[in-house]
Amino acid sequence: MKKLMTGNIAVSYGVMLSRAEVISAYPITPQTTIVEELSEMCSDGRCKAKFIRVESEHSAMACVAAASATGVRVFTATSSHGLAYMHEMLHWTAGTRLPVVMVNANRAIGSPWNIWCDQGDSLSQRDTGWLQLYCESAQEALDTVIQAYRIAEAVLLPVMVLVDGFFLSHTSEPVDVPDQKAVDRFLPPYRAQYKLDPADPHTFNIMADPSIFIAFKQDAQKSMEAAKKVAARVDREFKAQFGRGYGLLEKVRCADADVILLTMGTAASTAREVIEEYRKKGKKVGLCRLRMFRPFPSRELVKVLSGAKKVAVLDRDNSLGAGGILAQEVKAAFYGGASKPKVFEFVAGLGGKDITPETIGDVIEHTLNNASPGGESIWMGVQE
Amino acid sequence: MNAKELVNEYLSSGHGCCPGCGMPIVMRHAFQALGGRTIAVITAGCFGTISGAFPTSPIKLATYNTPFASTGAAASGVRAALDMKGDFETSVLAVAGDGGTFDIGIQALSAAAERNDDFIYLCYDNEAYMNTGIQRSSATPWGAWTTTTPPTNLKNQPKKDIVQIMAAHRVPYVATASIAYPEDFIRKIKRARETRGFKFLYVFSPCPVGWRFSSELTIRIARLAVQTNLFPLYEVEEGERYVLNEDPGGVPVEEYLKLQGRFAYLREGDMERIQENVDREWKRLMRRVEGS
Repeated sequence: MKKLMTGNIAVSYGVMLSRAEVISAYPITPQTTIVEELSEMCSDGRCKAKFIRVESEHSAMACVAAASATGVRVFTATSSHGLAYMHEMLHWTAGTRLPVVMVNANRAIGSPWNIWCDQGDSLSQRDTGWLQLYCESAQEALDTVIQAYRIAEAVLLPVMVLVDGFFLSHTSEPVDVPDQKAVDRFLPPYRAQYKLDPADPHTFNIMADPSIFIAFKQDAQKSMEAAKKVAARVDREFKAQFGRGYGLLEKVRCADADVILLTMGTAASTAREVIEEYRKKGKKVGLCRLRMFRPFPSRELVKVLSGAKKVAVLDRDNSLGAGGILAQEVKAAFYGGASKPKVFEFVAGLGGKDITPETIGDVIEHTLNNASPGGESIWMGVQE
Repeated sequence: MNAKELVNEYLSSGHGCCPGCGMPIVMRHAFQALGGRTIAVITAGCFGTISGAFPTSPIKLATYNTPFASTGAAASGVRAALDMKGDFETSVLAVAGDGGTFDIGIQALSAAAERNDDFIYLCYDNEAYMNTGIQRSSATPWGAWTTTTPPTNLKNQPKKDIVQIMAAHRVPYVATASIAYPEDFIRKIKRARETRGFKFLYVFSPCPVGWRFSSELTIRIARLAVQTNLFPLYEVEEGERYVLNEDPGGVPVEEYLKLQGRFAYLREGDMERIQENVDREWKRLMRRVEGS
């Protein structure tokens, strides 16, 4: 059944259909409507979860992590400063190997205050041990939440689903809401392999001394690597059952492209249109939308991009002193390989600045018209 | 208490407590009174640190360690998960020291109390950050030495009144307890287990290393704290009804202070000042007891 809904409402439907059992969250713009919708769903019985209204994001993550350790399926959502406030608990949750699913509505982190979209909040959490899946549409957000539980519960690592604040969280589109029975077939009830159980008492998160700590981390690294295959398989199975699949990345006219634009999230929707305009003009331009950022699918990405002469990376984030985070990862992925397209780095859309067709046009023009990147990121649309 | 009650041990030897530490005595009593159908939520602090190292643990209960600021929130999560499974029998016991309760953990604690989530929160108070090596906390008493309140700059603020803070949340049950009065302590744990909603147990936990006393004096010092009226044993129901459990008559507080090296730097008149404060606080408590 198709319904008109925003990205945040679509997320809430995904959580309801996944039969989350404990939900805990703290409101923050632009995530708040997820919390509100889930509160409604839990109050009127559509969602049979216990909703714990905590006093902070740190507590939200602590609460769902402990609930997950007790053996139930859990959910939380946040944005920006809330995600930053969770930072300690993000590490803890991943380290405890808990299959927590969270949606983060991407929003810039202050100072100065800003409530609008960029991806610096989640990308700066890239080393916390969470999978990261960036969505482009409300439909994809709903579907990805359901997929995220399958992936998390298979690899025992938490999954962060990202939706661009306002551009996706607050804009409406028709969304096909899957049938509950179909979702139940795809996502069986969570059976925890390890859980807090008075009948079989064990201690979680005890001190691991220098002789053993590194082994825990290597084990998690192996699981994170395995998550690429698991996520790809889960997506294929989802497509087989629901007719929609997204892959670890999406290719648009990449096969013969001289220039490929690489980005994540909703900027890809605008880029799609611009790419077609260039194709009409006979320019061989393609688009690659990266959906999975952690684990970083280096091999898959290199395979797609290595046919191009130039890659234009459009980052909606910036690591001060190092440049766009996606660009850094892409360059690292190519290092040591046979084929190395020239990587042009662009920073755009920070703090909610629109990435318009003109912005993307300027990015492509610059990449087409320059033989080599200058060595520094080019910042788009900065007011002097 | 009889020998039978000591049979069910849930804290075995092999923990890393200092000799004479009051805290493992607190935990033994708490675990024994609650029994095996309990999930413990532990945070950073002395108890989090002594509870073994991978792959062994001296705690024979299902136990979850959570970071410092999050004890209240994590216990709420465990409770919610048990409720969703229809398990209303298992008790959830959150454990934190004075640092994890008075200071870094008070936000999540206050929120869990305000929600009246159904678990027992036990604070063992050793009156400073002992796990990191004796730094002052907001539970450190006036005039005490710590490594961050050296002799030239002793703690110059009174101890935060955590019992009043928790009682002000109007939770079903708040009680103080002492390892020198185990029958009273165990009765209170059992009462907390039978009470639905949020329960706060505040237990005095002498620290030989941090308080600078000889390790055989732990119970004596715990008892003196009660006998001097410095740590009264009482209960608060629904934030309103105060019940006094011991009325020892008031041994001079000097008897308690002089056994501890942390009070060795008090100047002339300080003992009297502390005594006056104890007397004032006791009267305040008596007014509450008589008024309820």
